[in-house]
Amino acid sequence: MTNHIAARRSSGLRNAVAAGDRSALARLVIVILAVLLGLTMLFSLASGASDASAISVARGWLSGAGEDALRVRDRIIINDIRLPRVMLGALVGASLAVSGAVMQGLFRNPLADPGLIGVSAGAGLGAVLIIVLGGTVLAPLTTALGTFSLPVGAFLGGLAATLVLYKVATRQGRTSVATMLLAGIALAALAGAVTGILVFVTDDRQLRDLTFWQLGSLAGATWLKIGAVAPIMVLAMAATPFLARGLNALALGEATATHLGIPVQRLKYIAIVSVAASVGSSVAVSGGIGFVGIVVPHLLRLAMGPDNRYLLPASALLGASLLLLGDAVARTIVAPAELPIGIVTAIAGAPFFLWILLRKRGVIDL
Amino acid sequence: MIEAQGISVHIGTKRIVHGVDFSAGPGELATIVGPNGSGKTTMLKALCGELSHSGRVTFNGRDLKSLKPAEAAAIRAVLPQATMLSFPFTVREIVKMGLIGGRSGVIGPEADLLPERALARVDLDGFAGRFYQELSGGEQQRVQLARVLCQVWMPVLDGRPRYLFLDEPVSSLDIKHQLIIMDIARDFARAGGGVVAILHDLNLAAMYGDRIHVMHRGTLDTVGAPKDVLSDALIERVFGCKLRVGAVPAGNTPFVLPQSAI
Repeated sequence: MTNHIAARRSSGLRNAVAAGDRSALARLVIVILAVLLGLTMLFSLASGASDASAISVARGWLSGAGEDALRVRDRIIINDIRLPRVMLGALVGASLAVSGAVMQGLFRNPLADPGLIGVSAGAGLGAVLIIVLGGTVLAPLTTALGTFSLPVGAFLGGLAATLVLYKVATRQGRTSVATMLLAGIALAALAGAVTGILVFVTDDRQLRDLTFWQLGSLAGATWLKIGAVAPIMVLAMAATPFLARGLNALALGEATATHLGIPVQRLKYIAIVSVAASVGSSVAVSGGIGFVGIVVPHLLRLAMGPDNRYLLPASALLGASLLLLGDAVARTIVAPAELPIGIVTAIAGAPFFLWILLRKRGVIDL
Repeated sequence: MIEAQGISVHIGTKRIVHGVDFSAGPGELATIVGPNGSGKTTMLKALCGELSHSGRVTFNGRDLKSLKPAEAAAIRAVLPQATMLSFPFTVREIVKMGLIGGRSGVIGPEADLLPERALARVDLDGFAGRFYQELSGGEQQRVQLARVLCQVWMPVLDGRPRYLFLDEPVSSLDIKHQLIIMDIARDFARAGGGVVAILHDLNLAAMYGDRIHVMHRGTLDTVGAPKDVLSDALIERVFGCKLRVGAVPAGNTPFVLPQSAI
């Protein structure tokens, strides 16, 4: 019997999948997604309101020659406008998708999403507090933290929201979907109301900054902004491979995860902090971009299964690609003006979310 | 050896289990029986470290509270009554989770085949590629048992016995699979491990249990070999039910006992 199993398992991807082992399939998907991300980044670099062509600039980079006027303009557009925007889009998309997947694992629920359940709203409030009060009440903080003050403020806001949500929605190791979604709505409303109060006491310049949070946009990406959030995002994402096996075990419930040898409390704290850090820094640079965190892991679970060892890196890759594609749409559809990308992701993501709800109506006990 | 002294568990202000002393040795299949709400599951959860409790539990002489989760996972595996699952894992992926933190004791290329072997053991050969959520309740229960078996595949590791805690392992199984699962438990004990199983079927408890532990109103009422414990008086006192042990039904009503398996 053992030989027969061995033969079945070693004879190719399709047979492995049929025997319930999707790890080879998942690795293949990850490779494909990595290639997709590379292509998407090139495409994003090449497309935009200006006719600057990435190929001409790449040729310029490679040859190192030719400083004629056209090339200089192209080079500025590519190096200082499009490249930071592409980098930021990839980082934000990856962060949002990974934090969605981690939250879903933590709450044992495919509907958890930082945007839907108030984590982004909390992070937004933290960022707005820094913008509005940074010059007065919070001045010591902003002076001490410099360019990091906005991401740190957003991180603390997101952390507070996640902790409150977890405390409210989880009883004896079980998370109620209804409580989680409703508590998320309440949290988002509360954060929105406080943000509204702050808008009243703000000045004109700050108001422009604030409007940007409500819509979500990658416009205004600079290397400075990337420098402020990239370390936090990369650190938070670097923590997730250590969470993967624990989150898998958590799918069987907290008690069973403990019996399987997972230090569950520590796992939960690391997961919550990493989600808050990812979402906080994303919100700090790009405002509230919704639905990436729910759409990406869901599509991937359909393609390669829910094993977090593969789901988390794949979410990072696909999240980055999808956000870049969304941004390409946002930049070009009404060119030379541009749509906030939050609008694009909501238009694509909200119907998708409804579709998940309809499909799973029987499974999810609300 | 599992030794527990003075185990009491409160949930809220309610006292569920009170002053239980329990012991079960390697090579032994200990069963816990008792009416609904008598504290069986709570006691089991206290023994395996899932519920906070007063008193002390040691495994092979080591205090459970001093063990890290991974160390505890290498000593005991736990089959809960029911397992909810929110993501579409395949049967094989679930069973393989038994290998996450503990030590199966199997190393090398053999370890890779352990999920399939465990599934064959619980009579689910060929189910590896199915989605867990599409299985029947009894099949799901056996998948979970296969996962638990993977975690402590070798009943003895590094010369130390390991333990299986089974909370109603046969509650949703047909008679054939009840026997298969109880045989697995008995084999685990015969190979040097220890098994603690909550059962509702007194016949299975009598047939497989080396010792029966009778829980009643949160305390351990009686402990002993099945033939000493199962008496008309005990059944009436604990279960509140006038039954005669060992009596065959009157007339020609058919009855089927697991003991009659040939």
